[in-house]
Amino acid sequence: MSKHHVTTTINGEPMEYLCEGQQTMLDVLRDELGLTGSKEGCSSGDCGACTIIVDGNIVCSCLMLGVEAEGRTITSIEGIANGDTLHPVQQKFLEHAALQCGFCTPGLIVAAKALLDNNLNPTEEEARYWLAGNLCRCTGYDKVLRAVMDAAAVMRAAAGR
Amino acid sequence: MSYLDKAALKVVGTRPIRPDGVDKVTGRANFGADTVMPGMLWGKIKRSPHAHARVLGINTAKALALPGVRAVITGADFPIVTAEHAHVGAAPANLRDLSRNVIARDKALYEGHAVAAVAATSQAVAEQALDLIEVEYQVLPHVMEIEAAMADGAPLLHDDIFTTGIEPRPTKPSNVSKVVRFAKGDIEAGFREADIVIERRYTTKPVHQGYIEPHACLVSVSADGQCTIWSSSQGQFMVRAYTSRIVGADIANIRAIPAEIGGGFGGKTIVYLEPLAYMLSKKSGRPVKMVMTREEVFRATGPAPGAIVEVKLGAKKDGHITAAQSILKYQAGAFQGSPVQQGCICGLAVYDFPNALTIGYDVLCNRPKVAAYRAPGAPIGSFGVESCMDELADALNIEPLKLREINGAKDGTKAAHGVTWVNIGYQKTLEAARATAHLKAPLGPNQGRGIASGYWHNAGGESSAAVHVNEDGTVTVTEGHPDIGGSRASMAMMVAEVLGVPFENVRPVVGDTASIGFSASTGGSRVTFAGGIAVTQAAQKVVEVLKQRAAVIWDISPDAVEWRDGKAFPAGANAGSFEPLDLATIGNRSARTGGPISAEVQVNAQGQGPGFATHICDVEVDRETGHVKILRYTAIQDVGRAIHPSYVEGQMQGGVTQGIGWALSEEYIYDKDGRMENPGFLDYRIPVASDMPMIDTVMVEVPNPRHPFGARGVGEVPLVPPMAAVANAICAATGIRLRDLPMSPPKLRAALDEQALRLAAE
Repeated sequence: MSKHHVTTTINGEPMEYLCEGQQTMLDVLRDELGLTGSKEGCSSGDCGACTIIVDGNIVCSCLMLGVEAEGRTITSIEGIANGDTLHPVQQKFLEHAALQCGFCTPGLIVAAKALLDNNLNPTEEEARYWLAGNLCRCTGYDKVLRAVMDAAAVMRAAAGR
Repeated sequence: MSYLDKAALKVVGTRPIRPDGVDKVTGRANFGADTVMPGMLWGKIKRSPHAHARVLGINTAKALALPGVRAVITGADFPIVTAEHAHVGAAPANLRDLSRNVIARDKALYEGHAVAAVAATSQAVAEQALDLIEVEYQVLPHVMEIEAAMADGAPLLHDDIFTTGIEPRPTKPSNVSKVVRFAKGDIEAGFREADIVIERRYTTKPVHQGYIEPHACLVSVSADGQCTIWSSSQGQFMVRAYTSRIVGADIANIRAIPAEIGGGFGGKTIVYLEPLAYMLSKKSGRPVKMVMTREEVFRATGPAPGAIVEVKLGAKKDGHITAAQSILKYQAGAFQGSPVQQGCICGLAVYDFPNALTIGYDVLCNRPKVAAYRAPGAPIGSFGVESCMDELADALNIEPLKLREINGAKDGTKAAHGVTWVNIGYQKTLEAARATAHLKAPLGPNQGRGIASGYWHNAGGESSAAVHVNEDGTVTVTEGHPDIGGSRASMAMMVAEVLGVPFENVRPVVGDTASIGFSASTGGSRVTFAGGIAVTQAAQKVVEVLKQRAAVIWDISPDAVEWRDGKAFPAGANAGSFEPLDLATIGNRSARTGGPISAEVQVNAQGQGPGFATHICDVEVDRETGHVKILRYTAIQDVGRAIHPSYVEGQMQGGVTQGIGWALSEEYIYDKDGRMENPGFLDYRIPVASDMPMIDTVMVEVPNPRHPFGARGVGEVPLVPPMAAVANAICAATGIRLRDLPMSPPKLRAALDEQALRLAAE
């Protein structure tokens, strides 16, 4: 079986790779590109641990094929921080102790970042429904929601809103 | 020296950012499936499609002939673990059973039981090879449910299990592996004394721990038998010991390196993959990586047992309970060892019952072998007892909280299992519940409030820790427990407190099995307790060394040096007049004052201190759909001393949420052939963010005098009360008592319809 050549942009960098037709985007990220921050919890789109942003939309990378990345712009957890400056969502996750084991955390942070990219002033209920596709078994979501709402407040203040 | 005076603490009780946090919010942390090696193969498992079948033969020839396949193994590749070698050290697992759970021998005992495994150059080839392995089965009658498994003539899982705990010793094998019994007082007299006696039956379904990270490992065995294991587990020393015994290797030839662990909740206190990967690596001469799919996690790893819980309570009209009895029957799955004994103990431990009897049955059936799940056994027994307490309160027309205040255990109470309580905080949790605004908040239509309590005994045991003062005066602390929920932070905080240095100057490391002394697994809510004692004692030893080094520098007696605020001071005018020496100065001069400054401590910690909790839950019932919404939840718990309060709250909130899933939506569903029908998160529904409200926490602190900072285990007891708290709230909202978990919409709808018909008929 011949491999497919894919040209795409991942975490701001132009990227090329070869992948097989049946490989998921998650397989490509983890096994071909060494970006293991995206996690596999179910491979059926139910847990959200592999969440990435594709052209502004959150996607479970286990439900996307590697070949579908052609020409797209992709952000994974490795691309959320700006160099050594954490994104406010990451910083607030730390301050609010919004992670315990940390396995679902990359997916939650990517999904929360996408939420705030779309809506800098979500209600708690909006945030809960937005994050309902990201399973967390440790925290009970309480501190996760507090972190996301606090990050939104910080980002609003920074944006002068 | 102890640090029980909270006001004197500078670090313990604050909320610093955990030292492993940045790696976990940026995707850098290495979990079980994240490690690779050059030349690595992928291992996959062939599993039984039958719930109960004799394995007549396995033909691996076609699989081995597939290009890219490097090894195929079956049960025949593993040594027979005899009953004499079933245990190693103080570890609880029966390794004879565990070896046969890891890979079947003559019989497959549940759907998903491993029967063979392959290693190949890619995952795709390994999967193809599985289809080429030919297994000849003789399908046997299977048994899934407790009462069917206990009935005469039931299909037997094992012909060598004879019920223990009954006299005379049975001569015929049985699916009941053991009967346990605890009694206090005269149960019959107690019921005779009662003005009112109620007797109820409750049932629960198996539920999975639901950690989001599937089991994963990478194992490399060299030609000389030395082996390295990278894996995600609750204990690298457990992985090493269990793997060694199952594969027949010496412990010293195995080095187990703990990956970050993506949740365990008890489910990663045993091994599934490591012995298989070991044997595949040994046979192929290559490192082998194995990662379970979610479906495999559901079909083949341990849930908590399904159970039948029968509770009988007798009380005087004034609310004093005169007798309490519970009969518990727990599914063990395919091998003996359900946590029924803890269910018996914990359900009754909350109260001062003058007369009590509890009997537990461990029942084999053709389901996956159960594994520990957060306060193993306790949530099930307590669902029965705490629901029945509510039913008794209703019958007596006494407020449920008041009934608990009347009968609650206190210091000096002798529990049914024989322990006399000291330094327990149960009554304090009731006082705190009484004082909450939550308890007084008004409720609307179709809304109800429930309360329930719980107990878990927590654990101590063996732990090691080393504290090293580095050349620049910073500090490294090495411990032996995987960090599931922030324990690195609490270890570093205790060391920083003892040394008197900032938290950020102390960096914690979870060592592998070759870099720190033996440490029992992260489980039983034991790490902050036992590990905390070890790191504290190691830090105290280091302080003594630092004082000696200051004495050398000053040329005075070590007795004349005192340590405070991270510095050595002369202990008074007679000791001489010297500028204080800080850690950096002493560390920098260590080569000239006696060499490296370190201390390693091993403890076998005792006196862990029991954990008690009381929860308040408000629900709203949608009468049209049968859906239950959790409106408000308050968890109150005696935590001893919260070392890092945020992570203590997190344990409480997480336990509550798991309990809400257990109460409302989680269950294993099997077809008539014993095959699981919902092995995925779409159909096995754990709570998501939109199911939950914020969860309020009240940390009651009754310090545990057997821990230097007063800590008690906190991680498990929060899962004990929720199921009954929710059931009691639903009853308060609707007048309907649900006694069978989960209280899912179809069940509640049916009960609401029945209620409507009954009301119409009246």
